[in-house]
Amino acid sequence: MTEKNSPLWEVFIRSRNGLAHRHVGSVHAADATMALQAARDVYTRRGEGLSIWVVPSAAITASDPADKDMMFEPTASKIYRHPTFYEVPEEVGHM
Amino acid sequence: MYTQALNTRDQAAPSADSEQDARFQARVDAELKIEPNDWMPEAYRRTLTRQISQHAHSEIVGMLPEGNWITRAPTLKRKAALLAKVQDEGGHGLYLYSAAETLGTSREEMVDQLLSGKAKYSSIFNYPTLTWADIGIIGWLVDGAAIMNQIPLCRCSYGPYARAMIRICKEESFHQRQGYEIMLALCRGTPEQKQMAQEALNRWWWPVLMMFGPSDKDSQHTDTTTRWKIKRFTNDELRQKFVDATVPQGHYLGLTFPDPALRLNEKTGHWDYGEIDWSEFKRVIAGDGPCNRQRMKQRRAAHENGAWVREAALAYAEKRKARERAAYAEAAE
Amino acid sequence: METPLFTYTLRLADTALILGHRLSEWVGHAPILEEDLAFGNMGLDLIGQARSLYTYAGEIEGLRRDEDALAYLRDAPAYRNLLLVEQPNGDFAATMIRQLLYAAFAHPYFGALSKSKDERLAAIAAKAVKEMAYHVRHVSEWTIRLGDGTDESHRRAQAALEELWPYTGEMFEVDRVERALIERGIAVDPATLRAIWDRTIDEVLEEATLTRPRDGFMQSGGRSGRHSEHLGFILADLQFLQRAYPGATW
Repeated sequence: MTEKNSPLWEVFIRSRNGLAHRHVGSVHAADATMALQAARDVYTRRGEGLSIWVVPSAAITASDPADKDMMFEPTASKIYRHPTFYEVPEEVGHM
Repeated sequence: MYTQALNTRDQAAPSADSEQDARFQARVDAELKIEPNDWMPEAYRRTLTRQISQHAHSEIVGMLPEGNWITRAPTLKRKAALLAKVQDEGGHGLYLYSAAETLGTSREEMVDQLLSGKAKYSSIFNYPTLTWADIGIIGWLVDGAAIMNQIPLCRCSYGPYARAMIRICKEESFHQRQGYEIMLALCRGTPEQKQMAQEALNRWWWPVLMMFGPSDKDSQHTDTTTRWKIKRFTNDELRQKFVDATVPQGHYLGLTFPDPALRLNEKTGHWDYGEIDWSEFKRVIAGDGPCNRQRMKQRRAAHENGAWVREAALAYAEKRKARERAAYAEAAE
Repeated sequence: METPLFTYTLRLADTALILGHRLSEWVGHAPILEEDLAFGNMGLDLIGQARSLYTYAGEIEGLRRDEDALAYLRDAPAYRNLLLVEQPNGDFAATMIRQLLYAAFAHPYFGALSKSKDERLAAIAAKAVKEMAYHVRHVSEWTIRLGDGTDESHRRAQAALEELWPYTGEMFEVDRVERALIERGIAVDPATLRAIWDRTIDEVLEEATLTRPRDGFMQSGGRSGRHSEHLGFILADLQFLQRAYPGATW
């Protein structure tokens, strides 16, 4: 009696004006409209939200943790991208 | 606790040592979180899936004994609070199913496991709620015991589980207070109400202590789950913490605990308590508690009676997609 | 002797409480976990509306009856809710259709009441109107999915519609109690909402491929205390503790 799985949706909520949407969890729903309502009913019961996004979980493409070294290590040595790399005499003041 | 059945069932053996295993363990030891796509030992995945889904099932089945009293709550304030609380439990079940799904098992599969009797849930929800005082007791003691267990789970090594627990703990802080307030009103009320409160405590005290699972000397599980930083305290440690916190609260209410051996140990500073009847625990876990069959029957009925609704929602979604495709094709011509 | 304003406020309160009570019966038994939460939210909205209205009714009456005295210590003939809301939950379709028929009315009703000359009612209505807007949204979507879903869901939704339709006429009735309040700009004249309700219902039913039932005989009486058999059972549940332990504090 296994029934058809209902699609999974990832839920993102903007909690305050000016903030970005943040991932909060997921819901099941047959379609996007119902997913949005489910997200509202499940994740904003205590005034947590001003705006909701729902995204089909299957639509997310994620980086592979096995590629972590290749993907993220090379930037560690590029210290010249950070302001502290450069010397400015104190007399010049804040820059 | 909500996953106490784990303690009595087959234990995940640590996988054979390998470089991957060692790297995994090093991450866990460094208190780094394991995320869904990270490599993890199969046994870790299996244990967590089982633990999280049992925890979710407990929340869902736990809606039933309290749900009994939503329509009968004695004031509108109590009614609203209880409705919100039972609703929260549904929400917590949902967060937990979501966390478990990240390990690769669908909610439908987990629900099937519950309804077929393959998956377990906390023994405590197989006890009946007979009077309004039981609602107070569940909030004060059952949620109190749950919180003892859940706070350390907020630091669990598996990211999605830890994050779900943080959300749950935040929401649950009102549950225990709600229950204690009910008890307080009863204990300050008429002699009949006070008696109702005492009688409920007498019935629930031992089953609540059983929620923490078998005594440490009888449970072998702890090694692996502790090493994996899924579990951070032993059953007996958590049970003792709970007893120490709860007994003074009960005395404040003017209630007595149904345990003649309960006394403050001057040397250790802890409350000593009597021997738990583990045969009852095993019996209830095995399916012969007062309400096991009734609870499962209700869950199955809800699931079966809802099948046509879920089908309709999916059928509509398919139709809409087909219509959109057709409209798009027409526009393209 | 009940004043018209007291009776009117009580009608609104009783309707909200009984419908909230009905929805709360679903929590833990819904077809989809997400929907357990939705029922909880809608039920809490309605119970919240009822509490504000009862508190105000008690103040109007001036006999020191609080929300609980009004909710828990009146028998069925003293209850003034619409017959529609005391109808049993039935299946999921019946609950959704009942909620649609009521919410499509209550939403514009509270919208109009938020402009009442009575400030307290206006304030309560201003909060309720947003709540009911979401109920309309949510149950409309479900009605569409049930109506245009499978054969079985369509059949169930249509059957629920036929069964509940005779209870919709009562929403638009005006008696002497309300007539006076309408003239003073306190109560809402439901006749002014008929077109809006018709439009909402027709649009949803059309998209749901459901057929609007013919307006036949309309059941009535709830708002003057003549109820269906169902209310007595609701109150037996609702009031049990207060009746079994008179005078106790909870």
